[in-house]
Amino acid sequence: MTDLIAARSQMAMALAFHIVFAAIGMAMPLMMAVAEWHWLKTGCHSYLALAQRWAKGTAVLFAVGAVSGTVLSFELGLLWPTFMEWAGPVIGPLFALEGLAFFTEAVFLGIYLYGWSKLSPWLHLGAGGIVALSGLASAMFVVAANAWMNTPAGFDMDMGHPIRITLWDVMWNPHAFHEIMHMILAAFAATGFLVAGIHAWFLLRDSQSAFHHQALGIALVCGGIPALLQPISGDLLAKAVADHQPAKLAAMEALFETQAGAPFVVAGVPDETTRTIPYSLTIPYGLSLLLHQDPQAVVQGLDTIPDSDWPPVTIVHMAFQLMVAAGLIMSFIALWSGWRWWKGRSFSDNRRLLQALVLTAPLGFIAVEAGWVVTEVGRQPWIIYGIMRTSEAVTPMPNLWLPMSLFGVLYLVLSGVVIWSLGRHVAATAERI
Amino acid sequence: MLEFLLGLTLLVSLTCYVLTGGADYGAGVLNLTTRGTRAAQQSALIDRALAPIWEANHVWLILIVTVLFTAFPRAFTLISTRLHIPITLLLIAIVLRGSAFAFRTSDVDYREQRQDGLQRLLRPTFTASSVIAPLMLGIILGAMASGRLALSTDSFMEVFVSPWLAPFPILIGVMTLFMFVYLAAVYLVVEAESVALKRDFRLRAFVAWSLLTVLTLVILVISRTEAPEVYTAMVHNGFGWIVLAIVGMLGLAAGAMIRKDQDRLSRMLAACYVIALMWGWAAVQYPYLVEPLFTFHDAAPSTTLQVLLITLLIGVIVVFPSLYVLYRQFKGRYL
Repeated sequence: MTDLIAARSQMAMALAFHIVFAAIGMAMPLMMAVAEWHWLKTGCHSYLALAQRWAKGTAVLFAVGAVSGTVLSFELGLLWPTFMEWAGPVIGPLFALEGLAFFTEAVFLGIYLYGWSKLSPWLHLGAGGIVALSGLASAMFVVAANAWMNTPAGFDMDMGHPIRITLWDVMWNPHAFHEIMHMILAAFAATGFLVAGIHAWFLLRDSQSAFHHQALGIALVCGGIPALLQPISGDLLAKAVADHQPAKLAAMEALFETQAGAPFVVAGVPDETTRTIPYSLTIPYGLSLLLHQDPQAVVQGLDTIPDSDWPPVTIVHMAFQLMVAAGLIMSFIALWSGWRWWKGRSFSDNRRLLQALVLTAPLGFIAVEAGWVVTEVGRQPWIIYGIMRTSEAVTPMPNLWLPMSLFGVLYLVLSGVVIWSLGRHVAATAERI
Repeated sequence: MLEFLLGLTLLVSLTCYVLTGGADYGAGVLNLTTRGTRAAQQSALIDRALAPIWEANHVWLILIVTVLFTAFPRAFTLISTRLHIPITLLLIAIVLRGSAFAFRTSDVDYREQRQDGLQRLLRPTFTASSVIAPLMLGIILGAMASGRLALSTDSFMEVFVSPWLAPFPILIGVMTLFMFVYLAAVYLVVEAESVALKRDFRLRAFVAWSLLTVLTLVILVISRTEAPEVYTAMVHNGFGWIVLAIVGMLGLAAGAMIRKDQDRLSRMLAACYVIALMWGWAAVQYPYLVEPLFTFHDAAPSTTLQVLLITLLIGVIVVFPSLYVLYRQFKGRYL
């Protein structure tokens, strides 16, 4: 294993781990606030119990998210010091803003979690609202920094160094808005579906429980609406990628040859040496239609890109297909639930819907991880697209397999403990409600 | 001027981190000292003190790292590359500590005071990582102050190990540990409810103060050979003698107040003593960030510095009132 691969693997693990907790940390405060608001409005005590139960689970997950985020801010420097030396002055302020948003979030979460009896109910709800807002702000800043790595903007080059740096243009680089929307929707959809799955499981055992019925309702709204909006956001983002990162788009779609009337490939395992895609289905003109609304539009393929600049096509394409499939299934279930609600029928007594919710509970997070693989691996071999290669950015420290393995074991153990801890928490819910 | 302000920001952030997050670590270490009939009460006090505030307290560290890589990228690159090993160990300790505390205190069994398999593993994990993190933090800062990062860089050992595996950085690590335990004990005296519990933590505070003060003197002596730039600046300079005098006076006053059972005063003096130690060190090391390679004049372009300062100003306006609300809510009784 080369040091570069070890470094990339270590960073990937840290990001893949953190994103789960960050997403939950974004969406849960909103859901808790909604539950609490329902209690304040209706006086129905199960809503209060719900908010408090969700809060207890959130506390642990938020803490793990916080420490895994700390690791990331250090690993930027530990693994990619050359990148940080170059890009620090450019995107550093974005990380500072993210840090400040997170600081606010941590403060108000402390107030929310431990201040149930100390604050007036509406002030307490207000604190929850601030947690939700600062979580969103934090996501906005940090995703903008990542978007900048894909579409660097907001500076001029002078002998290979950035000058005349303008923070506004750095932040609102071409991909920023779309990436931010896509990530926020993804966080809510994934968390909503996960929580919905848990409460659906309880409803399968006890279809009369008002507590779980109310929980499911909130989870489905907070998760279902984003799941329906996500394909629109994804479409806009893919169009932006086609404009600014043609290599990434070509890898996502496994488009080896530039062509008019490009087909859309479904599934398949692209083979980079033979430039074919076995096990796939093609929809003629599909890609040209999707990207440009013109069946004869020309889409740039990998043939226009030098071999040394190709991202790993197989991984990127398959991850993309996985993400889209997961997202479409979630959209379908959101539609199904919405249709039942529209018809005035309850979710809680349709066993098939409840079973589907349980089965699809992890899909959102599978989509999140797959999506991040698409964008990060799809950006290779660049760390700053078109400006700095990942191989130029890595630390000179040798034997990187060692810290990689250490952190790998750490994350594995942590994941195990999180699942154990949440399992106990969920089981305790079963006993009390 | 801009880089001076940002250097000052680093120092202020580090100070806030030490006075809040540092005390959190110290409290975790104090878990090792719980004994006697009140052992359970001592543990409970520690957990109660930490629970609402620990996450907010540790964000200062992220702020420090962020200001460093935005405003002083070359120093940041040097530190991240050469001190990779202690930074990695610090990170692992931070992760284990935060997770262990969160799992332990939010777990159902904890609330009902049951102790089973995994619970029994979580507390030692929390305590051990509370010991390691301050050690590593001190080692990193000590390496930066010692001038060792300018030594020869021919072998792996010289590049990645000898800057920090040496007497001065290691003793700074131990000093950091004692400092954090001292702060925690002094804070806990104020927060303890019973007279007996107050006495318990007063004893710990005094022991920690003694260890800290003796070690500080030892470090002063060995810095003649082990951190020559800092030693020279301190001893061959009128200003350095003033710093030493202030630190000495505050240190003695702080120690005396513990003995006199003046809890709030001794807490304030502890903070002053620690601030004097840190600011004295910074004043003596001025203008160097990393001895003797980078001063804070090795900074990013001024547009970046301006933007960063404005960002931080917004932050101060938003975060400080929030922090005030948090502390008022949960530590109001003790303020």
